[in-house]
Amino acid sequence: MRGLMKELRLFQKNIELFLLSFPAVVYILIFAYLPLVGLVLAFKDYRYDKGILGSDWVGFKNFEFFFTSQTAYIVTRNTILYNVAFILVGLVFALLFAVLLNEIARRWIKVHQTAMFLPYFLSWVVISYIITGFLDHEHGYFNQLLMQFGADPVYWYNESRYWPWILVAVSLWKGVGFSTLVYYAGILGIDSSYYEAARIDGATKTQMAMKITLPLLAPLISILMIMSIGGIFRADFGLFYFIPNDSSFLYSVTDVVDTYVFRALKNVGDIGMSTAVGFYQSVVGLVLVVLANYIIKKINDENSLW
Amino acid sequence: MQQTKTNPGQVAINLMFAVVSLLMILPLVLVVSISVSEEKSLLTNGYRFIPESLDFTAYKLILQTPGVLLNAYGVTILVTIAGTILSLLMTAMIGYAISRRDYRYGRITTFYIFFTMLFSGGLVPSYILITQYLHLKDTIWALIIPYLLSPFNIMLMKGFLQKIPGEIIESCKMDGAGELRIFFRIILPLSTPALATLGLFISFMYWNDWWLGLLYIDNQNLVPLQLMLYRMMNTIDFLSSNLRRLNVMIDLASFPSLSSRMAMAVLAAGPMMFVFPFFQRYFVSGLTVGSLKG
Repeated sequence: MRGLMKELRLFQKNIELFLLSFPAVVYILIFAYLPLVGLVLAFKDYRYDKGILGSDWVGFKNFEFFFTSQTAYIVTRNTILYNVAFILVGLVFALLFAVLLNEIARRWIKVHQTAMFLPYFLSWVVISYIITGFLDHEHGYFNQLLMQFGADPVYWYNESRYWPWILVAVSLWKGVGFSTLVYYAGILGIDSSYYEAARIDGATKTQMAMKITLPLLAPLISILMIMSIGGIFRADFGLFYFIPNDSSFLYSVTDVVDTYVFRALKNVGDIGMSTAVGFYQSVVGLVLVVLANYIIKKINDENSLW
Repeated sequence: MQQTKTNPGQVAINLMFAVVSLLMILPLVLVVSISVSEEKSLLTNGYRFIPESLDFTAYKLILQTPGVLLNAYGVTILVTIAGTILSLLMTAMIGYAISRRDYRYGRITTFYIFFTMLFSGGLVPSYILITQYLHLKDTIWALIIPYLLSPFNIMLMKGFLQKIPGEIIESCKMDGAGELRIFFRIILPLSTPALATLGLFISFMYWNDWWLGLLYIDNQNLVPLQLMLYRMMNTIDFLSSNLRRLNVMIDLASFPSLSSRMAMAVLAAGPMMFVFPFFQRYFVSGLTVGSLKG
């Protein structure tokens, strides 16, 4: 009783700050925590008339249905491999650009930053228009170019073998400016006296980059890494849905968990299975983040997320 | 900046960035070029970076019957403005509360937010929540509410607000100001750079969104810009039927579908491209503020 009174008094002292956070707390409760309850649908045969709680239990049937299909393997493989490729390629280019950006004149930095940042602010729909400008069978720029050199036009939207490259390139094009800026901002935050000292000791630019810049960026890199590893099981829906134009010829190399769930929901209306797949995504994502954080903690305690 | 002698390395780096920047911009040039090309030359020569002759028919046709476009613009502008303001306010409010080290529930609230980054119900439960329980389907709110708060933005905001010296807050309290007054009168004005950066990101997210429209909007009058663009991708019917309805005399066979499509893309992406350079100067400062580690 006494403890409760004390807690109440303390609450009263904090009430104004609590009120400030209140709308967001309620919002998160409704839109982030309430849907967690909906995850029970993964174990149910959902019917609109019976509602979430009233529908019949079916155990792991929804999971079984997904995992025994051929698609489960394909979409899982695609999701993971693409995300790993995006993370690695993105990291390498962003770090390279960020380090090199430091070596050019201020005036030009602004110009390049603006140019590199531009695609980041285009929607996937607009980008899909841009890509058809290049890849359209009849009028596309690439096919025009091929024909000018006497080669046969390529039916891009029917040929799956080019798509891994195309998707990685498009993702890099859209995202690299943003990641570069994040790392560049990190570099700007590094104390310049490190470089002064290194210069006096006669270090070369490359040595400075390897021995000062990269190690000092390590915390930033590892935090962003952990976060992106958590998302490794979630695909950028727009990229995989709009850029291949939802062409069924390409599903074997462009279909990811998210597009699969979307189609299962929109075209087939299979609520139970889609929820089960979403659940599977969340669980694997969580496990991956915890694992990544654990590994990074082992290597260097200070760089971990918690 | 210290004057350095030009050396081969420097030149190579500059060249590399010039190429990178070109690669970033050229694809946009292609779309603009297609949109101002003559339809006939597009049909015979395909898409080119430099139009054979300038022709603005596509734009003229779209702007002659601006109904669909204006409606979509209206929806998108409304959603962007309302969404950005609401979202910024809520993000700043909770961000400020958890940035205060003396706030008793700061740590637990931070974890409460952070956990949603790790684990979520996924598409289907949110979809059912919004359509079956909140009945937001085919309302303008379905385009605004789901994006109001992102845990990432809250953490960014918190990182920035933590850098405001505690003495400022202390002295305000000494002068007898309450927490709410401090927040609205002192903290908000002080955090303009962070608000501008976050606001820009949030507004781009709303402006570029097709996802919420794809899921929740069937009503023609609520179709946002990007969704309209998506629906046009494979069919030009959307445009031509609108033209027919307004009795514009046009031979559908000669309808410049290729260039109109790209003109629509330019019109949809254009406005934000003009807004964007003005905020450029905030980017670096805004991004450095958010040290993510909470």
